[in-house]
Amino acid sequence: MCTYITVKTDIDGSAKAPGGKWFRVTDAAAYFDHPVHAMAEHTLNLDLTDPAGGPGQRIALELTAASAQRVIDAIQEALDAAPAALKE
Amino acid sequence: MSDSLTATTVHLAGEDGSRVEAYLATPGSDEPRGGVVVIHHLPGYDRATKEMVRRFAELGYDAICPNLYSREAPGADPSDAAALVRAAGGVPDERLVSDVKVAAAYLRALPHANGKVGVIGHCSGGRQAVLAACRLDLDAAVDCYGAFVTGTPPAEHPLNVTNLVPLLPQLRAPLLGLFGAEDKFPSPEQVAELDEILTANDKPHQFFSYDGAGHAFFAVDRPSYNVAAANDGWERIETFYAEHLGA
Repeated sequence: MCTYITVKTDIDGSAKAPGGKWFRVTDAAAYFDHPVHAMAEHTLNLDLTDPAGGPGQRIALELTAASAQRVIDAIQEALDAAPAALKE
Repeated sequence: MSDSLTATTVHLAGEDGSRVEAYLATPGSDEPRGGVVVIHHLPGYDRATKEMVRRFAELGYDAICPNLYSREAPGADPSDAAALVRAAGGVPDERLVSDVKVAAAYLRALPHANGKVGVIGHCSGGRQAVLAACRLDLDAAVDCYGAFVTGTPPAEHPLNVTNLVPLLPQLRAPLLGLFGAEDKFPSPEQVAELDEILTANDKPHQFFSYDGAGHAFFAVDRPSYNVAAANDGWERIETFYAEHLGA
């Protein structure tokens, strides 16, 4: 089904577009719903975007639920391992 | 029946003054015919949806699919447009109804139109097809596994979707419902609830639920594709539209 669930947050960072050009990303949207490309009925989809740059300024990920959880765990582990002073 | 057809992009005059892109496919014959408005699913105005539009033309109908995201993301890749609109809160129901109204009027004004127009949608479009048939003068509606026609949508998230239970007594067209028995949204219980409500309100409808099929069984490019269910479903659609949209 289309879950209709979308969780959004502001972000500050950069992403690399398929064309090889880096761009600043300001918005993130996460949702668990039908993927466009991944071979699964539902995936955790993550869009990192710069809405000011138009619809195409988007890094899109479609990850199975287990894969998404592993990425979350990896990110969390990396953040936890970094000295607090570097994260301010 | 000829299998010649023409498919092209047209622009509709939206009731809000917007120029709404749409994909139009028309049969190559001069026979009078009905029309079909195809509502694309939440993932967008994509190739799979346009293939369905052409299939309806091959079946002998004028068919059109308005790009529900053309206001926010004209010319964008369908998946990028879908992501943008989703993040912005989705397509409001009122705007959907208006766009289907304009698309139906466009079909009725075509040279060989017989005046009858049906609507069809899959997934989110299934719910929107039922919505349109409750609000507009249409001659037939097909709901392919639309979630939240009944049932309770998630709250506290940007896409503010409501169920259609309060509107169902106003359904103005016969409804064909095609569902997967293994689907969870809509679940067999939610389909049964819809069946009961329509029966209680004397609304003509035919429902078919396919064993072994889950959600999105018509989607030929997805792992959910179910050949048997999709083939039977297309035959049901052909029969249903021939009965209600025929000359």
